[in-house]
Amino acid sequence: MRPPHSGAWWLWALGLAVAASRTTNPVLLAVILAVAGFVAVHCRSNAPWSSAYGMFLKFGLLVIAIRLVFSIVVGGITGPTVLFTLPEVLLPDWAKGIRLGGDVTAEGLVHALYQGLQLATLLCCIGAANALADPRRLLKSVPAALYEVSAAVVVALTVAPQLAVSARAVRRARALRGDAARGRNAIRTLLVPVLEDALDRSLHLAAAMDSRGYGRTAGLPKRTRVTTAVLVLGGLIGLCVGAYGLLDAEAPAFVGVPVLIVGVVLAVAGLVLGSRRLARTRYRPDRWTVPSVLIAASGAAAGAAAVLAEAFGELALIPSTVPLTAPEVPVVPVIGVLVALLPVLLARREALS
Amino acid sequence: MIRFEQVTIAYAEKPVLAGVDFEIPEGELCLVVGGTGAGKSTLLRAINGLVPHFTGGTLTGRVLVDGRDTAINPPRELADVVGMVGQDPVAGFVTDTVEEELAYSMESLAIPAAVMRKRVEETVDLLGLADLRDRPLASLSGGQQQRVAIGAALTAHPRILVLDEPTSALDPGAAEDVLAAVHRLVHDLAMTVVIAEHRLERVAQYADRVVWLPGSGVAPVIGDPGPVLADAPVAPPVVRLGQLAGWDPPPVSIRDARRLAGPLRERLRLLTPPVADIVPANAILTANAVSVRYGKTPAVREVTLTVSAGERVAVMGRNGSGKSSLLWALQGSGKRASGTVEVDGKDPASLKPPARRTKIGLVPQQPSDLLYLHTVAAECAQADAESGRPKGTCRALVDDLAPGIPDDIHPRDLSEGQRLALVLAIALTPRPTVLLLDEPTRGLDYPAKSRLAENLRALTRAGHAVVLATHDVEFVAEAAERVVVLADGEVVADGPVDQVVTASPVFAPQVAKVLAPQPWLTVAAVETALAAL
Repeated sequence: MRPPHSGAWWLWALGLAVAASRTTNPVLLAVILAVAGFVAVHCRSNAPWSSAYGMFLKFGLLVIAIRLVFSIVVGGITGPTVLFTLPEVLLPDWAKGIRLGGDVTAEGLVHALYQGLQLATLLCCIGAANALADPRRLLKSVPAALYEVSAAVVVALTVAPQLAVSARAVRRARALRGDAARGRNAIRTLLVPVLEDALDRSLHLAAAMDSRGYGRTAGLPKRTRVTTAVLVLGGLIGLCVGAYGLLDAEAPAFVGVPVLIVGVVLAVAGLVLGSRRLARTRYRPDRWTVPSVLIAASGAAAGAAAVLAEAFGELALIPSTVPLTAPEVPVVPVIGVLVALLPVLLARREALS
Repeated sequence: MIRFEQVTIAYAEKPVLAGVDFEIPEGELCLVVGGTGAGKSTLLRAINGLVPHFTGGTLTGRVLVDGRDTAINPPRELADVVGMVGQDPVAGFVTDTVEEELAYSMESLAIPAAVMRKRVEETVDLLGLADLRDRPLASLSGGQQQRVAIGAALTAHPRILVLDEPTSALDPGAAEDVLAAVHRLVHDLAMTVVIAEHRLERVAQYADRVVWLPGSGVAPVIGDPGPVLADAPVAPPVVRLGQLAGWDPPPVSIRDARRLAGPLRERLRLLTPPVADIVPANAILTANAVSVRYGKTPAVREVTLTVSAGERVAVMGRNGSGKSSLLWALQGSGKRASGTVEVDGKDPASLKPPARRTKIGLVPQQPSDLLYLHTVAAECAQADAESGRPKGTCRALVDDLAPGIPDDIHPRDLSEGQRLALVLAIALTPRPTVLLLDEPTRGLDYPAKSRLAENLRALTRAGHAVVLATHDVEFVAEAAERVVVLADGEVVADGPVDQVVTASPVFAPQVAKVLAPQPWLTVAAVETALAAL
C-alpha cells in the first residue's frame, strides 16, 4: 500500500485550518486541536520530519502565553468583572488610546485566551501537515517546467540545517584555539569558515548534479530551447505590464486586461513547451489514490461545515465575552471536524488487511 | 572505452597535467596514484567533462569517452555513460532518502517509471542496501553512504564508473565491503572502473592497471601495478617489502607476496622484531569511567584510559565506535556525561579554553575548521598571540614540521599535508602536555604520512604524549606503540601495537600479514633487522 499523496494531507490540514479560522469557540477549537493531534500521531511515519507536530504544539502554547501577557499589560477589551488592578502608566497625549497597566478583567482575559487558542490551533494544523507529509515531496508534484525552481527550493531547504551543523563544528573548533576572539572578531572567526564550508558544499553539490544529468537537453534542437525561453520571458513581461495597467487608474485601458491575458497565454505556452523540453521522468510519483481523495475530502468537509454554519448565522461560532457566557457547542461544525478523523479509520483498515 | 589523446590541462597557464596519452579498455579496473596535488582528481573529472566544463581551465588534446568527445559534451550529456562518485559522498547527495537518491540520475535521464523501479531493485540487491532503502541518508554510516553514492551512480547503467577516494573516510571493514562491490561490478558486468586512492594497501590488489601521475606537469607512467608502483614514491607496504626482498615484479596482493615470502621468513626467523619502547609509567593523562551520550544514545561507555608522558597511543575502531567523542571528551571541549579526566592533576573541562589548550591540544577531523585568516603568516601570528608565546614560535614549528611553506599563501591553497602541519603547529604553539589527533591521515600520501609519523615520534621524545584516533592500520603500525580498540563505545583491547594489531585480521598491517606468524609490522623494521645481519 502506497502512502497517501502528500497534497492530500496538506488539503486535509487546510480544511481544518479554515474551520479554525472561522471560530473562537474554545470547544470547537479544542476539538480541532484534538483531531489534528490524534491523526498526526496515528498516521505519521518514522521519517525525521514526523516529530513536527510536537514542535508546533509547543509554539502554539507560547503564542497563547504571549497573547495573555499582552492582554494583561496593554489591555484591550474590558468588562465589568475586575480581577485585579496593575499600576497604570500615564502616557503622553499623543499616545492616547494606548493603556499600560490598569484594570485586568475576566472578560479581557477570556477574549485573549480565545484568540490565542485560535492562533495556536492554526499553527497545529500546519504542524500536523508537516508531520504527515514531507513538504519536499509536495514540491515534486509541481509541473515539469517549474522543475528547476522546485529543485532550487529543495536544495535551499537543506542548506539551513547544514549551516547549523557546520557552525557547531566551527564553534567547537574555535574553543581549541582558546576562543580568544570577542565581539566583531568573533563573528568573523565563525562566519569565514562556515561560509567557506557552505560555498564548498554548494560547489560539490552542483558538480554532482551536473554529473548526474541535471538540466540535460538530450539533443533537443536549439530553436525549441530559444522559443521556450522567449515565450516564458515574454509572458512574464506581459504579466507585469498587465498587472501594472490594471492597478494604475491613469494607464490607458488597453494596457490592462488585454496585456494581462496575452501575458498569461504566453507564459502558459512557455511552461507547456518547457515541460516537453525537459526530458524527465519521476520515480514513484505520489498518486491520487482513493484513500488520498478521501483524506482530502474529509478535511474539506470540516472546513465546509464551519463556513456553511457561519453563512447560516450560527452564533455559537463566536461566543460572547462581554458579558461572559459559557460557550455553547456549535453542533454542525463539531460534526464536520469529527469527519476529519476519517484518515485514522483508513489507516486502521489498512493495518487490518 | 576511455581515451586521452595528448591531453594537457592547465589552470591559469600553470599545467596540472601534461602529455596524458593512454587508453583504458572496457572491463578494466584502473587505479590512479600520485602524491597530493599531483592532479588525480583533475584527471578523474576530465573523464566526464567536469574539467573543463565545470571547473574552468584549458584542456588541449582530446578526451574520448565511449566515442564521445568531452569538449562538445558537458557532464550532464555524458551522465548516461559515466557515473561519477566524488570524494565526499554526502556533499553529492541531492535528495534525502536512499531510494530517491538511487532514482535521481534515472529521473534526469528520463528513464520510464517501470524500468526505474526494476533498476532500483537490482541495485539494492547488488550493493546490499535492502535494509536501508527507506532510511534518511543523514542517518547512515560512512560506509553505507558510500555504497548508496555508488548505487546512485550505477542505476543510470553507465559503462564507466569513476570513484574519487572511495575508502578514505571508511574503517577497514567498510572499505572492504565497498571494494568488494566494485570488484563484482568489474567482473560480472564488465564495467570500466577508474579509482583514485591514497590508501593503496586497500585497492592495489584489485587493479588491472596503474596510472602514476608524478605531478608538476610530468607525463604519467602507465602499466602493470607491481612495476609502476615500485618506481612511484607512493606504494603500499607490500610492494616496498617486495622490493626489499628483491621479488621481481613486486607483488601487490598479500596472497602473491605470501607465496614468495618463504625464504624471507626463513631469514627473519632467528631475528627478533623491535619491541615497542617501554615507557615509564608516569601517567599524565588519566581518564576514569568516561561516558558520552548524545540524547539517549551512548557514544562512549565508561572508558578508563591512562597515558604516560612520551607515549603514542592509537585509538582504533569502526566508524561510529566513539573514537572522536572520546577525544573531545578527554580534551574537555566536548561534553562528558560522567567520569573524570585529569591532565597534570587538573580536569581540562574545568579550565577556561585558553588555559585548557596549554594542557591538552586537539587537531580536529576537519583541520580547516581552525583556520580563518587569509595568510599563513597571519594564522601563525594569531596563534602566538592567543598562546602568549614569543613572536615566531608558531612559524618555527611550521618550518620544523613542513619546511618551505611561504608566508603569504592562503591556508586553503596549501596541500592537505601542509594544512595539517599548519594546524598541528597551531595546536603545539602553547606547548600542551598531551596532543590529541582525530583522523590525521585523511588525504595524506605515503611520504606525508611518514613525515607525520616522524614528527609524532619527535614530539614524544620531547616528553609530550600523543593520542590519535584513526582507521589507518599502516599508519598505526608506523606511528603508535600502544593501541586501544573501541567497539560500541567500550574498550575491547588495549596493549602494545604488535600484540593488538596482529591479533586481528582487520587491523593487521600488510607486512604482518605477509610475514605471519612472525610479528613484523613495518618495512622499516624488516629493513633495519636485515641490515644488521
